[in-house]
Amino acid sequence: MKYLLLKHYRGGPTPVVDFPPLDRWEPKEVDAHIQFMQDFAARLQESGEFVDGQALAPEGAFVRYDGEGRPPVTDGPFAETKDLIAGWMVIDVESWDRAVELAGELSAAPGPGGKPIYEWLEVRPFLSAPPTVTVDCH
Amino acid sequence: MNESLLRELVPAVIGVLVRRGADFASAEDAVQDALIRALERWADDPPRDPKAWLTTVAWRKFLDATRADASRRGRELAVDAEPPAGPVPASDDTLRLYFLCAHPTLAPSSAVALTLRAVGGLTTRQIATAYLVPESTMAQRISRAKRRIAQLPLDQPGDLGTVLRVLYLVFNEGYSGDVDLAAEAIRLARQLVALTDEPEVSGLLALMLLHHARRASRTGPGGRLMPLAEQDRSRWDTVLISEAVVILQAALARDELGEYQAQAAIAALHADARSTAETDWVQIVEWYDELLRLTGSPVVRLNRAVAVGEADGPGAGLAALADVSPSVPRHAAVSAYLHERAGDPELAAELYAEASRAASSVAERDHLTREAARVRRRPG
Repeated sequence: MKYLLLKHYRGGPTPVVDFPPLDRWEPKEVDAHIQFMQDFAARLQESGEFVDGQALAPEGAFVRYDGEGRPPVTDGPFAETKDLIAGWMVIDVESWDRAVELAGELSAAPGPGGKPIYEWLEVRPFLSAPPTVTVDCH
Repeated sequence: MNESLLRELVPAVIGVLVRRGADFASAEDAVQDALIRALERWADDPPRDPKAWLTTVAWRKFLDATRADASRRGRELAVDAEPPAGPVPASDDTLRLYFLCAHPTLAPSSAVALTLRAVGGLTTRQIATAYLVPESTMAQRISRAKRRIAQLPLDQPGDLGTVLRVLYLVFNEGYSGDVDLAAEAIRLARQLVALTDEPEVSGLLALMLLHHARRASRTGPGGRLMPLAEQDRSRWDTVLISEAVVILQAALARDELGEYQAQAAIAALHADARSTAETDWVQIVEWYDELLRLTGSPVVRLNRAVAVGEADGPGAGLAALADVSPSVPRHAAVSAYLHERAGDPELAAELYAEASRAASSVAERDHLTREAARVRRRPG
């Protein structure tokens, strides 16, 4: 079963630990944080549970169709208040419980002073279950 | 020589290497290497004796790997270069591989991957593509599974139940990438039928064939899910159905009923009917009763409620549904269907919408969303 572990710049429940943005940390704290993420991904590769991991720039825009022959309309940069996705990891695991366990580990990434940042991660199942033949019976 | 014939040789060649003294994990790796080499080379220049070629190349790969390993560790190579083949028949080797690869200590996804590689003769890349994960992830999953079973004694009796579950999991994965996993599961089940004398193995094969016979009609344009009632029955594969029925009847005659035979019996009754109206729902309910007795599964109880609804009317179906926990997957979908038939389209639409939000696949979600929309639009 595949799950998305979604990391947010903003949005989600109220942070448990108040910490400054990454660019205000000590360089070695930033290094430790990034190293933790890389080690986590490497560990998932080793356990055969890693599918994908990507980071997103905070910049971007909303885009929509604006009618035939007209250029798309953009709305951006994103407002400060909006939910903002920072990146994701896709895992392929045996169960929801395992996905939650892994998200819990990832959330313990170190922050200022080397302490866990207790970051909220969003865990979402993929709609990728095979269409079981039992559906066929009715 | 086509690829599937080549793949059929894989478990036998692993068996030869193991009998010559190789451990399973190294033998399996060596045969996989030889298989990949064969896939690259044989298209232009197929050998006269494919099995001998594969065995020779795999054995050489094994010796190379073992020598490299031994020299790394500074130890002497303990394996004889060409020990005689033992007296064990190859069929026993293959059966042992089924049991080993689907060993109960392995997580289902690992057992599936290892079975497809060592018994099915698929490459890691093919398996990774079919399950939409990176090849490196699948390679790790397989080598971890092999490390896990490395300590197990090879001569213990295997667990046929887990082997059948693994094959059914592969079957249900269907078709994705360049490998038809449903067809592969059927091939492996056929082979297992030939290697064992268990009616449940035949039951599983019959069940797979019956579902496979309906595959073309199960999806409509754009991959949309077609419920049984709407399937074009003229597209069902009658040759497969006839074969399945013969296999199932022979199994049932043994009088050792199991869950796969019971499920196949239900599928056979569907296959036998020209429409849902002409389906022998009373007998289907009886088979669900048997299945419930055998498994106690809440999912069976849920499907039974559908059959009861067809046999005795939606009121009876809803009464049967009252015994099923709402937490069972697809409970809302079944409830929606029965309420619609009972003449309550508003509640049915709500339930279809609820069911679509709980769906675990896109095809199922879209189907249930369409059902909700259809029921809402119906002039009431």
